[in-house]
Amino acid sequence: MTAPTPTTGLRPEAPPPGEPARPAARPPRRLGDRVFSGMSTGSGILILVLLAGVALFLLAEALPTFTADPEDLPGGEGFLSYVAPLVFGTLLVSVIALVIAFPLSIGIALFISHYAPRRIARTLGYLTDLLAAIPSVIYGLWGAQVLAPYVVPTYRWLAENLGFLPVFAGPASATGRTILTAGIVLSVMILPIMAAINREVFLQTPSLHEEAALALGATRWEMIRMAVIPYGKSGVVSGAMLGLGRALGETIAVLLVLSASGGITFNLISQSNPPTIPSNIAAQFAEATGLAVNTLVATGLVLFLITFAVNFAARAVLARRAEFDGASG
Amino acid sequence: MSLATSPDTGLARGARPLPRWTPWALGAGALLVAVVLGGALGAGPVLTAVLAAVLFGVAVNVVSRVVEGPRRAADRTVTAVVSAMFLTAMVPLVSLIWTVVSRGAERFDLEFFTLTMRNIVGEGGGARHAIIGTVQITGLAALISVPIGLLTAVYLVEYARGRLGRAITFLVDVMTGIPSIVAGLFAYALFVVFFGPGVRFGIGGAVALSVLMIPVVVRSAEEMLKLVPAELREASYALGVPKWRTILKVVLPVAAAGIATGITLAVARVIGETAPLLLIAGFTASLNTDPFNGSMQTLPVFTFYSFFTPGANPGPSIDRAWTAALVLMLIVLLLNLVARVVAKVFAPKGSR
Repeated sequence: MTAPTPTTGLRPEAPPPGEPARPAARPPRRLGDRVFSGMSTGSGILILVLLAGVALFLLAEALPTFTADPEDLPGGEGFLSYVAPLVFGTLLVSVIALVIAFPLSIGIALFISHYAPRRIARTLGYLTDLLAAIPSVIYGLWGAQVLAPYVVPTYRWLAENLGFLPVFAGPASATGRTILTAGIVLSVMILPIMAAINREVFLQTPSLHEEAALALGATRWEMIRMAVIPYGKSGVVSGAMLGLGRALGETIAVLLVLSASGGITFNLISQSNPPTIPSNIAAQFAEATGLAVNTLVATGLVLFLITFAVNFAARAVLARRAEFDGASG
Repeated sequence: MSLATSPDTGLARGARPLPRWTPWALGAGALLVAVVLGGALGAGPVLTAVLAAVLFGVAVNVVSRVVEGPRRAADRTVTAVVSAMFLTAMVPLVSLIWTVVSRGAERFDLEFFTLTMRNIVGEGGGARHAIIGTVQITGLAALISVPIGLLTAVYLVEYARGRLGRAITFLVDVMTGIPSIVAGLFAYALFVVFFGPGVRFGIGGAVALSVLMIPVVVRSAEEMLKLVPAELREASYALGVPKWRTILKVVLPVAAAGIATGITLAVARVIGETAPLLLIAGFTASLNTDPFNGSMQTLPVFTFYSFFTPGANPGPSIDRAWTAALVLMLIVLLLNLVARVVAKVFAPKGSR
């Protein structure tokens, strides 16, 4: 940023000829500048305070959980055994979502950036942005009312024919509201965001790289493999991690779709599914009192730490990329 | 991309390219085989589509490999796979929009917008209280977030030096990743200190939404301010205009359209948040226009509760949930549209 010289905004010491001479008094230092920079800096500091506040108030509200007698907590076996299935469920459903969404998001992004005719590519890009803005409660409604009944026969088939695999051990849920369904709904939710990020990354490939590959006689796929993918690799990874962070924190869609009752299990299609941290908070909070509230806040703190770690990793990947090839974002 | 490969790129030596209609013919063939085969096995439409896609991919690969050579075959197969992926991903999204529109239209009537749920059991009733609550809470959240976010962006772009600037940039990044439910817990933990356990009111929801909205506003405003050419600032300084007037009169007006777009998108982003409002704004069947006193219903929470606890006769309640979802989706679409229009109409002209 350019900075004004120290005399900017001061009245000139010597008035130009033709004007009446003014006394060369020093006018007041720019009050407006001080107020304005003070307000901006204050807002920045307010954000520091706000985040410190988030951490402090959550910690204060969570603290009784750790000092209380383990038997008084919900479940009666201490905080760790209460939170373990929740953490497991959160991670499992997010990983399912990521495994489904990751290849699809790359496919969609490549389709929009390199395959679709240019006239419709813009519209498609706009459409994915729009889909990313649809509220999660709507995805939840759709998952519970449309997707869950639809997948029941498939789950039954999987349990009968692939039941020897632990993930499809069954018996298949009669409602379809399993952790796999929740994972699919989450993957549909994070798909537009990840696709939008990947599209941006792929579009940033220097066209000189692409032209060079084509000039060497590469086919379109070879050009993508040689120029686009290597250039966008870290951007795609960090986009996936941002999608993962979103899936980890998703509350309402999971709460609407998942019928959570069980503990830790890798069985994806049965009736007993582990709850996730956010859906558990939303489900229990209205009726919780006393220590139960503190425990829920403590699980929220655990969730915050997990998402923080994931987001931090994503930023680190992005920052390293910017360092290496000088491309920002 | 305007880059195109020449017709004989990647062909094996002496091979001739396949005629242009080949992929279409293969696609039609694959579809036909899949329908016949799927019909024989009793497969549903999804399985048939998957079967058709796999058959098409294999057929394209084999035909191209025989006629054109392996490099061209790989290229064609990837084109088929990428297009199939795109179509696959569109299926749930189209289904989602179709369901919301068709199910939501059933109760999309005047009653839905003029009645609350007070004293209503079973059929009828509306979401007037929820719509008003959503507008109030989101408006308050914007009222809190926009000045803070905008000033912070100004600080980061125009004033920030050294450690404080870096720390704030980092923390805005951290804030972007706060899960919405944690924002709700924060608002609860904050107000419980002052008002005791079980506190529920609208302003708490606005605070929770602000935590989610501020980083979005900061990020978008920051991007826009960075786009303002340094020459404009220099010209202003050279004329002797103080820095604060330069920012207010030169930098912000140039970036105004982009900032307005960013704020609109941020509002669209938080207006559909359910989880934080569930925790701190609560839910009620009656109209409550005082955000400082008592539970307030909002559209996302209304959608959630109508579906989650539909009562003894679930039909009408679930219908209301879908209509509320439709209204919510329309609001979000409208906000996105407004953002686009603002960006287009008020964008600084190149000639000025």
